[in-house]
This record gives sequence, structure tokens and C-alpha cells, in this order.
Amino acid sequence: MNELALLLAAAIASGTPVALAGLGLLLNERAGVLNLGAEGLMLMAAVTGFAVAFNTGSDGWAFAAGAAAGALAAAVFGWLVIWLNTNQYATGLALSLFGAGFSAFVGVGLVGKKLEDRGLSEVPGLAEIPFVGPMLFQQHPMAYMALVVMGGMVWFLYRTRAGLVLRSVGESPESAHALGYPVRLIRLAAVVAGGALCGVAGAFLSVVYAPMWVEGLVAGRGWIALALTTFATWRPARVLLGAYLFGGVTMLQFHLQGEGVQVASQLLAMLPYLSTILVLVLISRNAIWLRVNMPASLGRPFHPGH
Amino acid sequence: MTLRSKRTLIQLAALSLVSTTLALSGCGKKEEAKPAAAPAAAKPEPIKAAWIYVGPVGDAGWSYAHDLGRKAVEAKFGDGVKTSIVEKVPEGADAERVIRDLAQQGNKIIFATSFGYMDAMLKVAGEFPDVKFEHATGYKTAPNMRIYDASFYQDTYMAGVIAGTMTKTNTLGFVGSFPIPEVLRNINAFTLGAQSVNPKIKTKVVWVNTWFDPPKESEAAQSLINQGADVLLQNTDSTAVLQTAEKNGKYAFGWDSDMSAFGPKAHLASAVVNWGPYYIKAMEELKAGTWKTERTVWGVKEGLNDLIKINDVVPEAAKKKVETIKAGLKDGSFEVFTGPVVDNTGKERLPKDAKADQAWRDKIDFYVKGVEGKIPSGK
Repeated sequence: MNELALLLAAAIASGTPVALAGLGLLLNERAGVLNLGAEGLMLMAAVTGFAVAFNTGSDGWAFAAGAAAGALAAAVFGWLVIWLNTNQYATGLALSLFGAGFSAFVGVGLVGKKLEDRGLSEVPGLAEIPFVGPMLFQQHPMAYMALVVMGGMVWFLYRTRAGLVLRSVGESPESAHALGYPVRLIRLAAVVAGGALCGVAGAFLSVVYAPMWVEGLVAGRGWIALALTTFATWRPARVLLGAYLFGGVTMLQFHLQGEGVQVASQLLAMLPYLSTILVLVLISRNAIWLRVNMPASLGRPFHPGH
Repeated sequence: MTLRSKRTLIQLAALSLVSTTLALSGCGKKEEAKPAAAPAAAKPEPIKAAWIYVGPVGDAGWSYAHDLGRKAVEAKFGDGVKTSIVEKVPEGADAERVIRDLAQQGNKIIFATSFGYMDAMLKVAGEFPDVKFEHATGYKTAPNMRIYDASFYQDTYMAGVIAGTMTKTNTLGFVGSFPIPEVLRNINAFTLGAQSVNPKIKTKVVWVNTWFDPPKESEAAQSLINQGADVLLQNTDSTAVLQTAEKNGKYAFGWDSDMSAFGPKAHLASAVVNWGPYYIKAMEELKAGTWKTERTVWGVKEGLNDLIKINDVVPEAAKKKVETIKAGLKDGSFEVFTGPVVDNTGKERLPKDAKADQAWRDKIDFYVKGVEGKIPSGK
């Protein structure tokens, strides 16, 4: 039983960075901007966060630095895509490639450096509860942060006026513009906020999860977060579910290998991707539901005055 | 976008394109000028040697160790040699392009430091008969391509002796990269070494299907720890497994280089490899013209690999046993794979008192008794 609790705990830990990035991308996409540069953002934030953590010894500053790096890069992306109306897909890909190369270049001096060991974090008292304790209460604070961000996003998008405006910009920027809302600024705000979240996810990887910096540390998690947002039909709770599912099956396949299960490890390595896609596609198989939830102007540039 | 800003953007793009082209062509001209000048300058011109690595030099593991070997060559030959490296070269088609590039640049000897470069190097070797190619840990050769290897299984056997002594749960964990004979050999030696001091142990193996991916290695290590393993060994190239063990209060070993700094409490010993002596030998043979295709497998005896920095918490008895084994390896009297060896399906693989030879060791495609699970098929 304890092994199951540990497996679930590992699932949550593994899914947290993907969840945070996915939520950030959700914010982007709800405003109608598709940011394919998530991987690059996470990498740049990871190297920045690690550099700050290494030089100051403070995790808090590292996360802040990661968020800032993500936000800054996202702001440049936002300017290109929203004001200069460059193709969102191409620009996003360019950002990904740039982020990969830039982080590798900047991080050369950081490879092989080590941070102070932080030990295991746990909630005192609550962690003692059998089963639930090890499962839920031995997580890094960031894991709880992901839940808070999800809750905050649900409240923001569906319960506040600002969230409504954001969603309307994503559905029909022309109508929002006609109503007098600053569409471009709203989109930029969403892009920057989303970038900051991706940045936090990247910093989490290099400062807490690995914890080290090496070229290509993010290893495709940015792309997974992108796919997750789509398969989860742009609903925050589903993004979180998908991320934990992905993390869970990743840890499960290692567990199965350790148990000596007679399936090729390469097939087991495919399981996280297959299962996440499968579950989310099943949940979202209603075509009408899909159309209702997809931001109508996703990926399309907005020209005021045309 | 207004017409004016669009025009500005196009002009900016054109300008940057033109300047980039100029800069690149300028770079090209410089490189062409250099080789033309070199022969006119001092003779003999330095021998150009190149290394390609599968990971970054800063991995503090496999590629780092090779780079130290290259630096030993530079230290020994000084101006007589000009070395260059390409790191993080993916195994496969890209490797072929990089190796061909290096051969075309005038390198007289190229070292490919990972198993997966084998076929790519073989192909390029056929195209450049005057260049010598050296492949680490592989098994294919050509008139101008040869192979070299270390005997890591000797280190993992000694690590197993320490692991068997230190484990409290009698469960050991192994984070494996790819199920190739070399890695299987290491797993088996680890298990046999542990069983020699503690017959009750069992080994759990998890494959990550990569040589280097720190978050994945962390996850694999965590999974093994969650399943009860309290001493870990790895065949992957980063410090993630050791750091995860440190975080969880378990034990682990350093791999390919001294990783004691990355897990002061968890680190039991480091299996290190010292490529310097081999690389120097290869360069000397190249210079003297005695380079020939052969397979060189060195081990503890030649000082190529070793188990060092044994933690003080390890009991004296275990340390003494490791020293005895080392002495036996150095004088050739000790063979790690000495019968009886039974695989984990019950089949006898080596009869009692028989000593394995290189051919037997190369063909290992099974787990010994005590290792859980089945080997995944495929490379």
C-alpha cells in the first residue's frame, strides 16, 4: 500500500512542471495566441533559475528569476506576434529553437555545478497520516502552488469580469475591439503571464526536480504541455488531470520495469504519451463540446482597423 | 501592420541577411587561408585529432572523463598535436555527418566515444582510408577503424561487494541506459559481487533508454527507491541518481568520474575511468606508424578503470575484500565471471570453476540469478 502512495506522490511531483506550463499556455490560448515556444521559454527560465539559485542559494529568488525570464522572452514573442503580426506558429517555433540554443550557450559555465541538498519537503504532522500522508503531504510547495494556480485560473476565467473579457478577446477580437477593449494589450498581458508560468515550471525543473543544469534539461516537457492544453480542451482542471496522468504513467512504467514486468521497456516508455492522449481524447470526444471550448480566434492575427 | 512599418521590417530583414552572408563567407575565407599558411610555416605540422562526445563535457560523467583523456594527450604532446571536440552529438545520422565533417577538416585520427556511433563511423571510415577511426565500446572494425573498451564490469563487481555489505533491505537498484551487452555485463557483475558477501540480495533494473537525461534518471532512481532499493548503481552519465539517493537518505555510487561532491552522505564509491593512457598510446602509434586494427580492452590491470573514494562508513572487511580483488585483477589471477554462473531462468551459463573469457563476456544476453525481470528486446 505504501508503494502505491509513493507512486502517486511521485506522479504528482512529476506532473507539476508540466501542469504549470500547461496552465500558462492555457492562458495564452484563451486569449487567442498560440505560443509554440513553450519549450524555449522553459529552457531559458531553467538556466536562469539555476544560475540564481546557485549564486544566491535562495529558491524563492530562483523561481522569481525564472518567471521573469519566461515573461521577458514571452513579451518579445508577444510584440512580434501581436504588433508586427508575424505568423504565430513560425514565431513560436523560432522562440523554441532560440531558447534551446540560448540556454545552452548561457548555461555552459553552470554544467556540473551543484546546489545545496534540500532534503525531502513535507507538511509536518499531516505527512504522518497513513497512505494519504506520503501521497499528498510530502510534496514540494510548488506542487501545491500548481493546485492554487489552477483554482485561481478557474475563478479568474469563469467568475471575474476580467476573465470574461480575456475569453471574449480569444473568441472574437473584432467584437471586443468594437466594444472598446484594448485587444492587443490584453493579449500581451495573457502572453506575458503565460510566459511567467512556463518560466516557473522551467525553474522548478532545474532547481528542484533534477536539480542541475544541463543542455536540453526540459527534454520536451514544453511540447507535452502544449499538447496537453489542446487535448484538455482548454479547461484548467483537465490540464492538471492530464499532467498528473502523464507523470503518473511515467513513474508507473519505471515501477513496472522494476517489478520485472515482461514488456519491452521501449513500449513502456511510450505509455505516458499514449495513455494521456487516449484519456483526454475520450473525455473530449464530443465534437460540439470541442468547438464550444476552443477559442475561435486561436492562432489568427488581429488587425485593428481592418 | 502599416505599409511603412512593413517596408522597414523587410529592409531590416534584407540587411541582416546580407550581413550574415558576408560574415559567414568571411569566416569561410579565413579557414581556407589557415591550412594554406600552415605548411609554409614550421614543420612538422601538428597532428589533428578529434573527439566526439554523446553528452556535454560538463556532465561530470562519461564525456567529462573522455575529455580529461584528451587533455592528457594535449599535455603529453604539446604543440605536436591539435585537438578538437564536438559534444552532444546524437547517435545516428547526425553522427555520420559530424564524423565526415571532421575527417574532411584534416583530422588524422577521430575518436567516437559512444556505442551508438558504431555504424556511422564504419560508413565514414570506408570513405576516408587515410584517416584512422577509433570507436569506444563497440564491436565492428575496418582496416582503418578499430575499437577500444574498458572493463567496467570489474568496477561494478567491486561496487557490488560494497553494496551487498551496506544494504539493509537486500534490494539493490540499477538505472540502466540501453539493454546492450556492456550494460547487462555490468548489472550481472554488480549482482554477483553483492551475492559474494550477501547471498540474499536481489537487483531491480529500470531502463531509461538514454545515456543522459537527468530528470528521467531522477525519476527512475526515485521509482527504485520507492520499490525498496536502498543502494543504487547506474549506467547513465549524470549525477542525478546519486543526488536522488542523497535526497532520500539512501546510498549510490558515482559513475565514470568522482561524484563524491554530489552526494556526500549517499556516495559509497565512484567507478572511474581514466582514458588518458589509452589515448596517448593511440597517438604514439599513429605518429610511429604502428597503428593497426585491433581490439583493445583494458581494465584495472592497465589502470584504465578503478573504484575509488570509498566512503568511510563502509566496514573494514568490505574495503579489504575490494583491495584483494583489485590485487587479483592487477596480477590477472582474479576473474569476475567465475563459474558456477546461473541465469535467472535457472539455466547454467558457466560451469563450476570455469573462468569466462572475452568472448563469453561479450555475448552476455541474460540476467544472472538474483536480477528481477526479463531483458527488453532490441538495442
